[in-house]
Amino acid sequence: MEINPDNIAIFSIGSFTVNATLLFTWIVMLILALGSFLITRKLSSGLKIKSGQNLLEVIVVSMRSQIREVSQQIPDQYLPFIGTLFLFIVVSNILAVVPGFDPPTRSLSTTAALAFCVFLSVPIYGIRKKGLKNYLRAYVKPSFFMLPFNIIGELSRTLALAVRLFGNIMSGTVIIGILLAITPFFVPIALQLLGLLTGIIQAYIFAILAMVYIASATRSKQQGEANE
Amino acid sequence: MDPLALIGMVSVIVSGLTIAIGSVGPAFGEGKAVAQALSSIAQQPDEASTITRTLFVGLAMIESTAIYCFVVAMILIFANPFWKYFVTQAGG
Repeated sequence: MEINPDNIAIFSIGSFTVNATLLFTWIVMLILALGSFLITRKLSSGLKIKSGQNLLEVIVVSMRSQIREVSQQIPDQYLPFIGTLFLFIVVSNILAVVPGFDPPTRSLSTTAALAFCVFLSVPIYGIRKKGLKNYLRAYVKPSFFMLPFNIIGELSRTLALAVRLFGNIMSGTVIIGILLAITPFFVPIALQLLGLLTGIIQAYIFAILAMVYIASATRSKQQGEANE
Repeated sequence: MDPLALIGMVSVIVSGLTIAIGSVGPAFGEGKAVAQALSSIAQQPDEASTITRTLFVGLAMIESTAIYCFVVAMILIFANPFWKYFVTQAGG
């Protein structure tokens, strides 16, 4: 099987080639957006709510509580970004068991783009919360000689985010592809189950690590932020 | 031995060694981390959710090194630039 879904070309419009990564990213986006739109068209606040609304409420409430626990701040400012990261990665990893679906997180391009979003979001949230001077002062925090190490640490943890997600998902699909050639009947199913588990765990870890990095950049001196 | 055969042989041997040696360290580290997390959950069951979350974050960090070794092994087998260069030279 092709090791890099960026090289699988589906169709081309003029000189712009749509490869498998792009197509399946669009499919995941369509599933998330269309599903949420259809479920949230008629929301009810009584005791009896539909199962779709219940599912979304469970997901959103648990994400908010996790963000609140990790950041010790009001979670609503981070929920759109972290929630979108988690939902996109978890849907694209779980749908890997659907035959014919090629998870876009199998490509280093997707994971590098997501890690780059996290890399940009840390200074954005930090400067918005603490101001430019206070945020930059954190880089020389223990002493001035720590400045290159802090910068290198920030770059390397972004790289680690990308490679971790890419390595886990790619290894899952490559192992299943190889096993399909060797012992095709029941053994790939066990590994697809493992792939489901690691997919969800890796999505959770990606979102939690992004939250930890943002929280360490926006942590204020007094930790008594309003917990609702 | 011509360069194509030499590169192929060395790449396969080294990629096997990479993933074999590279997965020993993280496995030991993760075992120690999980053991410590289990004993601290036994000591403080109320904090189980915080401990579990921190355990998962720590395991992800430890796993990173094993993932790097795996990616290098995959590159050596499937996307080896030296192999590709000599294949195009031999073919052209």
